[in-house]
Amino acid sequence: MKIRFGGLGLWEWAVWEEENLAKTSGTAEGLLSIPALLHRNATLYADKDAYREKAFGIWQRWTWSSTEKEIEALALGLVNLGVAEGDFIAIIGRNRPYFYWAMVAVQSVGAVPVPVYQDSAAEEMEYILSHCGARYAIVEDQEQVDKIIDIQGHLHQFEHMIYVDPRGMRKYDHHQLHRFADIQKQGRASYFECIDDLNARRSKLNYDSICVMLYTSGTTGKPKGVVLSNRNVIETAKNSAEFDNLGVGEEVLAYLPMAWVGDFIFSVGQAYWTGFCVNCPESPDTMMTDLREIGPTYYFAPPRVFETQLTNVMIRMEDAGSFKYKVFHHFMSHAKKVGGDILDGNEVSFGDRLKYAVGNLLVYGPLKDTLGLGRVRVGYTAGEAIGPEIFDFYRSLGINLKQLYGQTEATVFITVQPDGEVRADTVGVPAPDVDIKIAENGEIFYRSPGVFVEYYNNPESTASTKDADGWVATGDAGFFEETTGHLRIIDRAKDVGKTAGGHMFAPKYVENKLKFYPDILEAVLFGNGKDRCVAFINIDLTAVGNWAERTNIAYASYQELAGHPRVLDIIQEHVETVNKSVAADPMLVGCQIHRFLILHKELDADDGEMTRTRKVRRAIVEDKFKDLIEALYDDVDAVSTTTEVTYEDGRRGSISATLALRNAAVVPNVEKVAAE
Amino acid sequence: MSTQESYLTEDGRTIGPTVMEMKHITLRFGGVKAITDISFDIREGEIRAIIGPNGAGKSSMLNVISGFYIPQEGEVWYKNKKRPPMKPYEVAQQGIARTFQNIALFEGMSVLDNVMTGRLRMMNSGLLAQALWKGKAEAEEVKNREQVEKIIDFLEIQHIRKTPVARLPYGLKKRVELARALAAEPSILLLDEPMAGMNVEEKEDMSRFILDVNDEFGTTIALIEHDMGVVMDLSDRVVVMDYGRKIGDGTPNEVRSNQAVIDAYLGVAHD
Repeated sequence: MKIRFGGLGLWEWAVWEEENLAKTSGTAEGLLSIPALLHRNATLYADKDAYREKAFGIWQRWTWSSTEKEIEALALGLVNLGVAEGDFIAIIGRNRPYFYWAMVAVQSVGAVPVPVYQDSAAEEMEYILSHCGARYAIVEDQEQVDKIIDIQGHLHQFEHMIYVDPRGMRKYDHHQLHRFADIQKQGRASYFECIDDLNARRSKLNYDSICVMLYTSGTTGKPKGVVLSNRNVIETAKNSAEFDNLGVGEEVLAYLPMAWVGDFIFSVGQAYWTGFCVNCPESPDTMMTDLREIGPTYYFAPPRVFETQLTNVMIRMEDAGSFKYKVFHHFMSHAKKVGGDILDGNEVSFGDRLKYAVGNLLVYGPLKDTLGLGRVRVGYTAGEAIGPEIFDFYRSLGINLKQLYGQTEATVFITVQPDGEVRADTVGVPAPDVDIKIAENGEIFYRSPGVFVEYYNNPESTASTKDADGWVATGDAGFFEETTGHLRIIDRAKDVGKTAGGHMFAPKYVENKLKFYPDILEAVLFGNGKDRCVAFINIDLTAVGNWAERTNIAYASYQELAGHPRVLDIIQEHVETVNKSVAADPMLVGCQIHRFLILHKELDADDGEMTRTRKVRRAIVEDKFKDLIEALYDDVDAVSTTTEVTYEDGRRGSISATLALRNAAVVPNVEKVAAE
Repeated sequence: MSTQESYLTEDGRTIGPTVMEMKHITLRFGGVKAITDISFDIREGEIRAIIGPNGAGKSSMLNVISGFYIPQEGEVWYKNKKRPPMKPYEVAQQGIARTFQNIALFEGMSVLDNVMTGRLRMMNSGLLAQALWKGKAEAEEVKNREQVEKIIDFLEIQHIRKTPVARLPYGLKKRVELARALAAEPSILLLDEPMAGMNVEEKEDMSRFILDVNDEFGTTIALIEHDMGVVMDLSDRVVVMDYGRKIGDGTPNEVRSNQAVIDAYLGVAHD
């Protein structure tokens, strides 16, 4: 069947899809691996775009049929190079078609792709590469090659490296170093010698073969290699695609780290299951422009991205002319009132709908277009709690932004919000085929087809996480809302503690409330087993910097702005407001912040204070800044400290600062029980 | 070092024969002697630095090379031919491109348009054709745009492609200026203080770009720079000037241990 898809719009896609739906959903047998799905797509959607990447200012395109050829050439090259079945191959680079091809080519030859965060320091890479005993690595450029050469001496099994970008690589010793394009060329040249071997390896792949190994970011301890089978990935992709009616016409922008399970599911699992097109940005800095040019229909972003976008919009509106400013705020307040209801299909009066339509013409439409979210049909956020105001802002514009709750061990999906049942403070209902139970201490357990096979080479951790019946401990504490059946997450189960006064200590709950303020980037609460709680704050340099500019406060660095008394005043106000809202919940009244300080440096993954996915490593922060915590519990007004920092190029230095400590007003703990 | 044969540097680059030679250059402004009897050569594929304290005549020297100043005495030899006095644009047409100490970009134009201006000498369709963007002009623009995009990619400035230059920070403007000079596909690239006013990170980036340009395109580079660390790391050979005279010439190590240079400029010898 030959159909040209070049000019098809979304509507025509929908029609085409309907006609062919029987074919796609009826062929589940035989589609037991990603390479098998690739072959189906190359047959069924031969001339439809599978990948696009912006390069040299133009969107370069690869159809499914050319993608199959590229991947096969690489797979043949890998066979030719001596890759054996069961080998682990590290893949290190930003989102580019080459690395997605590499993953599928590696699977085709029966090896296991291990995507690694490309901004990892050399030691972190060393741990992962030696833990899985990688023999090969497919990397992006000189930067990654240099890192691996640095650690190569410690990696006993390591043999060959393949790089994509030849820039600056001419002078390197090429005995164990190969250019991606050359490996493909050699693969094509050795077609007749290697194709039988490749076909034999491909035909051995089944639902229980390893699809990918992903290292968890390691909020605690060393990263663990999560082994996911084809069953995990394909079943999950199928269920989630059906849940949101994802079709072959979707457009996604792949910009989140390839080593993260979410990107693997969205850009590989679901993309291969449904056959939609994956678009890769030109460079990390052009992501926003590329987003706008592509206009994805299916979009995932962590709360931080939405926060940043909203902050930028608000900052730019502050600088707008007074007419535009008024129009914007007039219609935004209308959207806030009715936008969410219109999106959820609730009853809204004709007048309000009319006004919303006008607002859409004048404000919401152009704004969504500027943000690159004009065509989003399904949008997700997860990973951290999102501020209700941020969440409602996007929903009021008519963007179907939803939340999901997941983890690597579940192949992402545990709970998800169905259309029309979306709220900021829950994470939705169990995803299709997922069973959930809540233990007595509040910890959430789940069981699903997506449950991981094992932690590689780590039977103890596997056993302590997954029991014989397949129930997996999430480590998160939460509860189901009785009225709606939606799950609510309180905190990490192990972080939930008790204060000396016997109250529940749920640090993340309070930190999230603080982080909902645009001025606050990060917050870390301490107080487990103590009589009162104290906190570290990181200010958001964009938001506070803009405020400083408008109020004529000069500053040279983060550190200087962070120490400014007026900044401290603002943060104190936020802290006190949060205290009031925390005190409203009798369970959490002990979590109020008595004293706080603004840290003199931003918490950073390079210093080990955060994971690469930007989650605070509580224990490390607690240990590193011991002196500051002690000072907060003493009655001093200021404390001097010196902290070691790591620069982006790996060099180390230190910064010293004198920090002011502030007291915050708390709502006194009235014994409500006695009063009742 | 005056031999005409090619040789291999320690890091594996080939340095070719002399491509430009200054012979006994003297430049005067009225009674002031800016340059007195200076001779040195630039070899193909090398990175040649000109250093010296303020007012030593470095920029004047660069202006002599780029044809902006015509010396009263001495000869400039380019590709084994004596160069007659010529206008700067004629020098540019010979394949010598430069950047400026005080950035000289078109502030109101986008980065892309600025870099496109560097392609001027490769464009020869008529004014009318260009205005109407018809026939030859269209094909020409597509071809030149392709080259420009490669340079934009090379210097990693994709994200500011459409941004007006006036809105860019200083470090990026410097990079755009380098892009424009590169767009001319020069055989000799003159850089007038490429790192001036930059922070450490920007300097590191710029150093990497200069090395990459030299390595990837084989471009000969002559640069003036104040930052000693940068000069010593980057260059193959260094000319040292003081009060308009040449007081040293050689590899960074030779220059570093040259007593006249130490006295005039460096103060102390670094190990």
